[in-house]
Amino acid sequence: MTQLLAAVHKEWLLQSRAVAPLVAVLVFGATALLLFSFAVGPDYELLRGNAPGFLWLALLLSSTLTLAESFQAEMEHRALEGQLLLPASATAVYYAKALANWAQLALLGIALVPLMVALYDANLPRPLALFGIIALGTAGLSAPGTLYAAMTHQARSRQTLLPLLLFPLVVPVLIASVKATSLLMLGDPMGQVWSWTLLLFAFDAIHWSLCGLLFGRVVED
Amino acid sequence: MGDTDALDVRGLCRRYGRRWALVDVSFRLAPGRSLMVAGRNGSGKSTLLRIVATAIRPDRGTVSVLGHDVRQDREAVRGRTALLSHASYLYEALTALENLKIAARFLGREATRAALVPLLAEVELAERADDAVSTFSAGMRKRLALARTLLQDGGLVLLDEPYGELDPPGFRLVDRLFATFKAKGAAVLMATHLLDRGAALCDEGLVLEGGRLRWQGPARDLPERGGLDPATLPEGTA
Repeated sequence: MTQLLAAVHKEWLLQSRAVAPLVAVLVFGATALLLFSFAVGPDYELLRGNAPGFLWLALLLSSTLTLAESFQAEMEHRALEGQLLLPASATAVYYAKALANWAQLALLGIALVPLMVALYDANLPRPLALFGIIALGTAGLSAPGTLYAAMTHQARSRQTLLPLLLFPLVVPVLIASVKATSLLMLGDPMGQVWSWTLLLFAFDAIHWSLCGLLFGRVVED
Repeated sequence: MGDTDALDVRGLCRRYGRRWALVDVSFRLAPGRSLMVAGRNGSGKSTLLRIVATAIRPDRGTVSVLGHDVRQDREAVRGRTALLSHASYLYEALTALENLKIAARFLGREATRAALVPLLAEVELAERADDAVSTFSAGMRKRLALARTLLQDGGLVLLDEPYGELDPPGFRLVDRLFATFKAKGAAVLMATHLLDRGAALCDEGLVLEGGRLRWQGPARDLPERGGLDPATLPEGTA
């Protein structure tokens, strides 16, 4: 627990100095939502129906920026290696990094909701439940995303490699997230939202436990 | 058996791709003793130190630190070694104090300003405690990296080119810290090109050439045998 707290403290310090990249990711996500609305045109029925998909598409695209850059500071002067040699627990380092990425993506998702409502005239009958789905969905993106970001951080084309590896793995998470968001926003006459939420929760549990176990092998020589 | 040795290296080999960086290197270092590692650029000095610190794995041979194998018992080795590497292991965006705080927290040490500023004072950086590392010169980063090394209570201290990027007062600082490590009872393995300086500090010396152990003996003999360039060591001195 001491190691995890130390790693979380480190992430907090690093995130507090990285406001500009956060703003860039927010602008990127907002631009993606805006472009989708232009692509569909002024058909509000169509926009409302597609809003959940567009929201998650914007989040997925933004996540590649956030995740790819999350190991930049760790690699600049081999700070990650320095921590592991202290010795710091690789598992603690992973979970702190994944939590930081999760917080960023979840906040981004929540920040995009008002824009989605404005651009797509979307219904928001249960905003807190929607925020919960966003939290679960982004957790499913950040856990494997952090692992793959660590794997690809030294590759010259990491911005290309990361989505190639990550996207196929997170398809089930995205489907569950889009489905649960749709049911929340467009109505849920069959009461299916909880089964999708449960599925999302199961994917998260698998990703968070497996990736935590694998991280040490990925970052060690 | 070398179980009580601070360091016991036997038949150590390591390669990068097809090129062998270390070939069949063997030596021992007793607790509390110091060893200078000399050799030209690319002779395998840093690779040797990085293997001992468990940053990279050996391909063949065994390395034991205070009785712990670097392959089997990484965590135990890491808890007993402190490495000053070529890389500073620092975060550019954070201040000197914050960088030390991170290391102190991972080590379970007191991470307060009161506990860490004296460490910065020891490397003459106390006045820059709250400045971001990105504003530091290369020499100041090296000093901060030295302060970080001081945080660790290693039975084996590994110094890879500790004088690099430092000014003359910095050289004296390294000499002083070297004495501090020795006074704490730690064994010290130092890779350096400054043979006279290293010979004055260390008990033993060895020269690597092309990844092979070329010469080993008392450190005071090294400058005489090799002049200031270990590559000019006479044939047959191994």
